[in-house]
Amino acid sequence: MATTTDLTLKSLDGRVDPDWCPGCGDFGVLKSIKEAVLELKIPPHEVLIVSGIGCSSNLPGFIHAYGVHSLHGRALPVATGAALANHALHVIAVGGDGDGYGIGIAHFIHAMRRNLNLTYIVMDNEIYGLTTGQASPTTTEGHKTKSTPRGNVEKPVQPLALALASGATYVARGFSGDQKQLTRLVAGAIAHKGFSLIDVFSPCVTFNKVNTYQFFKERVYKLEDEKGYSTSDLMGAMGKALEFGARIPVGLLYSADKPTYEDTEPVLLRGPLVDQPVGIDRRTYDEILAETM
Amino acid sequence: MATEITVGIAGAAGDGLDRTGDTLARTAARLGLHVYTYNSYQSLIRGGHTWLRLRLAEDKIDNHGDHLAVLMALNQDGIERHAREVEPGGAIVFNGARFHCDSALVPKDVTLVPLPVPELTAKLGKLLPVMQNTAALGALLHLIGFDLEATAEILLETFKKKGQEIIDQNVGVLRAGYEHAARTAPTLGYRWSFSRKRRPVVTGNHMMALGAVAGGCKFYSAYPMSPASFILHWLASHSEKVGVVVKQCEDELAVVNVAIGAGHAGVRSMCATSGGGFALMSEAIGMAGMIETPVVVVNVQRGGPSTGLPTKTEQGDLNQVFGASQGDYPRVIIAPRDATDCFHSTVEALNLAEAFQLPVTLISDLLLGEHRSTVDPEAIPCEVAIDRGEWVTAPSPEEAGNGGYKRYALTPSGVSPRARPGRAGCLHVSGTDDHDEYGVLISDEHTNPAIRRKMHEKRMRKMEGVRARLQPPVLEGPAKADVTLIGWGSTWSVIREAAGQLTRAGLTTNQLHFKYLHPFHAEEARAVLRESRHTIVVENNFSGQFARHLRAESGVTVDHVLVRYDGEPFEPAWIAERVQALLEGRKVDLLVAEHEAREMAYHHIRIHMHDKTRPRRLQAVAESGFGEPLWVVELVNRDDGKPEGMLVIGRDTGANHGWHPADPSLLGETATAAFATSLGNGGRPGHAPADAPGRAQDRAH
Repeated sequence: MATTTDLTLKSLDGRVDPDWCPGCGDFGVLKSIKEAVLELKIPPHEVLIVSGIGCSSNLPGFIHAYGVHSLHGRALPVATGAALANHALHVIAVGGDGDGYGIGIAHFIHAMRRNLNLTYIVMDNEIYGLTTGQASPTTTEGHKTKSTPRGNVEKPVQPLALALASGATYVARGFSGDQKQLTRLVAGAIAHKGFSLIDVFSPCVTFNKVNTYQFFKERVYKLEDEKGYSTSDLMGAMGKALEFGARIPVGLLYSADKPTYEDTEPVLLRGPLVDQPVGIDRRTYDEILAETM
Repeated sequence: MATEITVGIAGAAGDGLDRTGDTLARTAARLGLHVYTYNSYQSLIRGGHTWLRLRLAEDKIDNHGDHLAVLMALNQDGIERHAREVEPGGAIVFNGARFHCDSALVPKDVTLVPLPVPELTAKLGKLLPVMQNTAALGALLHLIGFDLEATAEILLETFKKKGQEIIDQNVGVLRAGYEHAARTAPTLGYRWSFSRKRRPVVTGNHMMALGAVAGGCKFYSAYPMSPASFILHWLASHSEKVGVVVKQCEDELAVVNVAIGAGHAGVRSMCATSGGGFALMSEAIGMAGMIETPVVVVNVQRGGPSTGLPTKTEQGDLNQVFGASQGDYPRVIIAPRDATDCFHSTVEALNLAEAFQLPVTLISDLLLGEHRSTVDPEAIPCEVAIDRGEWVTAPSPEEAGNGGYKRYALTPSGVSPRARPGRAGCLHVSGTDDHDEYGVLISDEHTNPAIRRKMHEKRMRKMEGVRARLQPPVLEGPAKADVTLIGWGSTWSVIREAAGQLTRAGLTTNQLHFKYLHPFHAEEARAVLRESRHTIVVENNFSGQFARHLRAESGVTVDHVLVRYDGEPFEPAWIAERVQALLEGRKVDLLVAEHEAREMAYHHIRIHMHDKTRPRRLQAVAESGFGEPLWVVELVNRDDGKPEGMLVIGRDTGANHGWHPADPSLLGETATAAFATSLGNGGRPGHAPADAPGRAQDRAH
């Protein structure tokens, strides 16, 4: 069994190789998670990666860690339950934009309200890839897809702005074309105490011919290079969150140190729930029964 | 025969009826009696009509029975609606200073006990209006032969935090009511033998919460939904004390997925909802089957479909629970039969879920979930057997040399030992796509029919182990009988009592009751029912969902299906009458009954007449130009009793054929019929004669 000191990137490979299309942006995200785990020296068995359904949700199978490949849209609630049951685990939820911002958007918003100690990485390719190219919640206006042959008429979801408005305490955007920055953001998210979101531009090379690597390369700029940008300024972050046009910011938009849900749940202050005794002692039981007599 | 009594309390929501009922229930429970309460309330916070019946008995009872000995009316409406139901030898208690009881409503040999509440309590200071209830309760204690002390003790505990003055006032009002009744009315002659054994007064929901705690549940999630919410409330308020994390979620999709996430991480988890929420949970229940994660899902049914009857009972979700989620997967469905059984079924559900790594659904209903009864404390012990199933902390030697830990090892039992995330050496992925022994997906381009077949068989094989653990249904009552009544879940007690009534009336009746709906004991059911002369399924839904299930599983087609779907639970005599009729070959008709026509009139009054009138006389009219027999309901002014007019209701369709303002010359016994007939013959268009007697004859109102 590998220990944390002799872990290599290779040792974090899953049982099977990724089945993504060559050139898929998700390869970069997978690598960034492995690199972040190495960098933080987290034993792989303390990592639980929970995904939904979609191309990107196949990720847990491609990394040496515990994983649940759950239902479409339900990665966050499954991750929430696991995190509450064992808050000693590093729980990372992953998935795509359809999974997280479409069918799962209610969970997305409510998970952030709770500031659970979870990391959520969304591989955002602005398209439904696994189902061969329909408009997704982040498909840009006018984009012609199989389901929008006359061009998409809906406004895209603004995940970063939603995150800021909903109480996420670590909000970032990455680009799988920039591995170094992405790894830094993922490591920061895993180390962060509280809910962290990284929305990653992860191009679909097969079904999205609009939002390509080239598209993003021409537009992205790094927030860490912006003089005077403060990651503790919520309103400033909100401005950056909504910027999507000729210039698109990437990097850490916002970070705050606030109590997590786990910190405020009295039962969890006794330690991970999974290690607590089951059942009830006679005295407590008698007290409870007495309430009804 | 053991002594028992049924007391009804009628009022509007907000009249303090629940508190009064609770005090009476706890009084009886402290005296050592058994209690069962049935509250047919409306989905309203204030107003409406609430009707609480309390059956108090020396023997264990688990339904509200057929009788009404004393009516305690907290408003005028309560008197008008229920006075006629009081049985000879009974009494009607009310605040005589505020309400009156029309003598025409009072059956023979029923004592009226109007309490001059202001006069009785003049020396006790300014009273809140709800304290009329306490005076009435005092009077009731005298009438039914209870002493004051147990109730006074409960009032003392209830108002302890409010200070001595409030306690004294409440006990004083109680005593004043008691003494007034003692001066003015004889007792009703009940002879009790009080054991004074104290028993908890609980609901099925309460017992599920307690069973969950005793059974080792550590995580509970829910979204508010009647009638399941009490489990959430109880666990939330006891969370720290019992060490259970309780999470209210954004919707039932989250609820069940959070519970499954917790179960996967290694704690016993449970969630509860009603039919609508259960529909949202369906997909995830199948996920639990596929990734072999234990979870307990409770469905406390209410009247459906759709929003249906949020505050009324039904057993209408059976098809849904059977049909939950796509594909075949191993699961267990348990229907507890009473409050005590709710405790044990929950423990059992948690054990089965973990031992066999599958979802277990507990299917209860509003009647069982929300209605209170006494349970014997020794029947719900705090120490219960907890079976956490097979766990590993490291791969077996074979696994270690052969690719590592197999989360989904193909075993003879179908159960593959679990490893919880966080354990070094057992890393794996649990996928909702089908997978091999290690958890590697065999879907998409790497599909593999051979592995799929063996993995599917492995999962389903667990059902054999489950079935071997479950107690088959047992025939109760006489071995040889004229008729066997078949039921499932919450109807056990009422069917049992109906069977007793039928047997005493000369029709020997026994009972086969099902608690385990899946896996199903088909062979055992067949063996019992083969010997039955007549078979009747009794269930609280429209289409006879269990009868269909029984037929599908065992091939047994029962002779009759007796169903009720008006939102009300069964009563023993209701069942017994219809069983007699069915066996005598009489059809159970679907015509609107008199009490139903009265309820329809109350609805009309509420919507169109702003509660200013009430129904007085009802006249059945056999033939009319409306093409169906009618009920003609005379409505009178609530204050002065003057006629307001006639409401015409179709007895076949239930249609409201119109409101006809009073023409005083037409009102009166014979005139009513003439009126209705003339109405019908007056050339109303549209309705064909009622000539379809054959429809749904085993159903009844």
